[in-house]
Amino acid sequence: MSVHRRPAGDWEGVRLHIVTGKGGTGKTTLAAAWALALASDGRRVLLAECEGRQGIAKLFDAPPLPYAERKLAVAPGEGMVYGLAIDPEQALLEYLEMYYHLGRAGRVLQRVGAVDFAATIAPGLRDVLLTGKVYEATRRRFGEHRPARTAARISVDGKTPADGYVYDAVVLDAPPTGRIARFLNVNAAVADLARVGPINRQAESIMTLIRSPMTAVHLVTVLEEMPVQETVDGIAELQRHRIPVGAVVVNRVRPEVLPSDLLRTAARGRIDTACLQRGLTKLALPAGEEIAARLAEEMTDAARIGVRQRRLRTVLGETGRPMYQLPESDVDDIARLYVLAAELRAQGVA
Amino acid sequence: MTGPVAPHPRLDVEALLLDPRVHIIVCCGSGGVGKTTVAAAVGLRAAESGRRVVVLTIDPARRLAQSLGVRELDNTPRPVAGIRGRGELHAMMLDMKRTFDEIVEAHSSPVRAAQILANPFYQSLSSSFAGTQEYMAMEKLGQLKASGRFDLIVVDTPPARSALDFLDAPARLARFLDGRFIRTLLVPTRTTGHGYFRVLHAGLNFVTSTMTKLLGAALLSDVQTFVAAMDAMFGGLRERAEATARLLRTPGTAFLVVSSPEPDALREASYFVERLISDELPLAGVVMNRLHTSRVPAISAAQALAAAEASADAADPDVAMAGAALRVHAQRLQIAGVERARLAGFRLAHPRVPLVGVPVFADDIHNLAGLRAFGAELAAGTL
Repeated sequence: MSVHRRPAGDWEGVRLHIVTGKGGTGKTTLAAAWALALASDGRRVLLAECEGRQGIAKLFDAPPLPYAERKLAVAPGEGMVYGLAIDPEQALLEYLEMYYHLGRAGRVLQRVGAVDFAATIAPGLRDVLLTGKVYEATRRRFGEHRPARTAARISVDGKTPADGYVYDAVVLDAPPTGRIARFLNVNAAVADLARVGPINRQAESIMTLIRSPMTAVHLVTVLEEMPVQETVDGIAELQRHRIPVGAVVVNRVRPEVLPSDLLRTAARGRIDTACLQRGLTKLALPAGEEIAARLAEEMTDAARIGVRQRRLRTVLGETGRPMYQLPESDVDDIARLYVLAAELRAQGVA
Repeated sequence: MTGPVAPHPRLDVEALLLDPRVHIIVCCGSGGVGKTTVAAAVGLRAAESGRRVVVLTIDPARRLAQSLGVRELDNTPRPVAGIRGRGELHAMMLDMKRTFDEIVEAHSSPVRAAQILANPFYQSLSSSFAGTQEYMAMEKLGQLKASGRFDLIVVDTPPARSALDFLDAPARLARFLDGRFIRTLLVPTRTTGHGYFRVLHAGLNFVTSTMTKLLGAALLSDVQTFVAAMDAMFGGLRERAEATARLLRTPGTAFLVVSSPEPDALREASYFVERLISDELPLAGVVMNRLHTSRVPAISAAQALAAAEASADAADPDVAMAGAALRVHAQRLQIAGVERARLAGFRLAHPRVPLVGVPVFADDIHNLAGLRAFGAELAAGTL
């Protein structure tokens, strides 16, 4: 088979996809589905997490991911998603090895607790190390140096892609919306650290990549007050930091079952229960007063949720970002990821 | 409710919040499950039952502060107006920096305190250190308990990055402040030495020089100054954290794990439950929030769907109305069915953990009336 790449979707040119969202909105699930969607048709995508939660492994029912790139899931059409759990301590050791050629001496640092200490007292350093790993993987090319112990061994049978990149895309399951701008704004994070030297140079390179059109930060939300508010605030904050905002993904959308004309009256609790009772009788269903009243309450509940969702969708629309909507899924296993990935592709993501 | 599951112990929240022996209720759970709402509703209901209650929240939604009618949440318990009965409800939001500052001020001389407060490393430690928030929440909890002003403290735990953060972070911070490397930093540099000491010294030089390259000399010297100034307080900090941790193990404390019937939330809730049990912390039970339930048991999902299909495109306005109602009903039952199946699995995994359900609210809760209604549902329980 040739290295076939179909025309890219809405995110052509974006190589680093950073996924954030308020806790409980399905951020990790979306990151995984997004990676599967991008990996379809013979592409290679790295899916990375950086908060020590092992969320990816849990999602794919896999054993905990090490600090090394591993094959994780096959994507439709011979694509492959690789998984990686980035650990700040390991990343620091790797960094010391690469830039100071410390080799085993780095282990001494770990033994005396210096590595833990450094990552602890300087959260900025920690963030640079986490994003630094992502930076390296995003830019890694065939035939160039790669971190020997952590990079996946990928062979393409001599058919190196034209751009030479090992991964067609990298998807990062990033910290939640409330912390995302601070996390990505690595330049500011290390401003208090050594003013010159490799860490600062590294932070600058990472920042350049993050601010480039090669990067997009996607925000996951559900149609509820707080997650939507956080999404809007998050977009504004990212834009203030000149970090490119990608899509807004509305997760767990349920179909609206009430027709528009009924929605408004029902939301105000003005259901004609006599009419409802007559209808139930004509359909040969139990049609007592009590039953009609309770059904009307259910309609009011649904209508209020519907009205609120419409309003929140408008609020999200006003951010001007492309929007994808993913249906609520009743399947809880890995199959759900493939269903969501197919949905994302159908909506133009890849 | 019907179902193939054997009777499952029911969590009686009402009994819990009325129990005079219970002085602390800790609400934990993953983000987005309504943890803060549960904490506020429990607090309100206990207060309206006559108790003197304070709700300690870490990161409330603006709407929650509004719902309690408190404009400002500023590290001091503020009375909530509009409470019915003789009880009291106070609300406060943790300001971790101010809490840390107060500890420093209370435990060192004014000169030393000023030194510490001005130290750049202290400033970042007290405002953005991973674990400081949890540590200070523990500290505040200890203070509120010691004040004797309240007979019930309800804690809304920080939105945890992982399920275990709230329990582990205080120990982690104590370990750090007390740790091996910090002591290494404090070793005065000597220029002479023989044998082993010389080797050790060379090793130290290597470590220090690498750290300096990585972190910069300025930060390291800030840390050194800070540690030297804080030295006298270390023991005190550790003791306090340990005392609060012990407090959490007494029968006067009850942990509520809050979840919603979503796969991710349930997974996290399982985590919490297992961890609390293995740590022998007093787990009261699980609040399963946002459940969909049927208000019309007389009409089944199958009946509703069939009738809704039969009524599609009906010209008769009565039938059209009934059809719309039945489609809503069918969707609701379908969701309820999926949730019930998920819950059945959760119950089988934790057969002895008491559980109570709260139905999903169509409206956002943003005032005392909303919290009161929520509290009533919580006390009644749908499971």
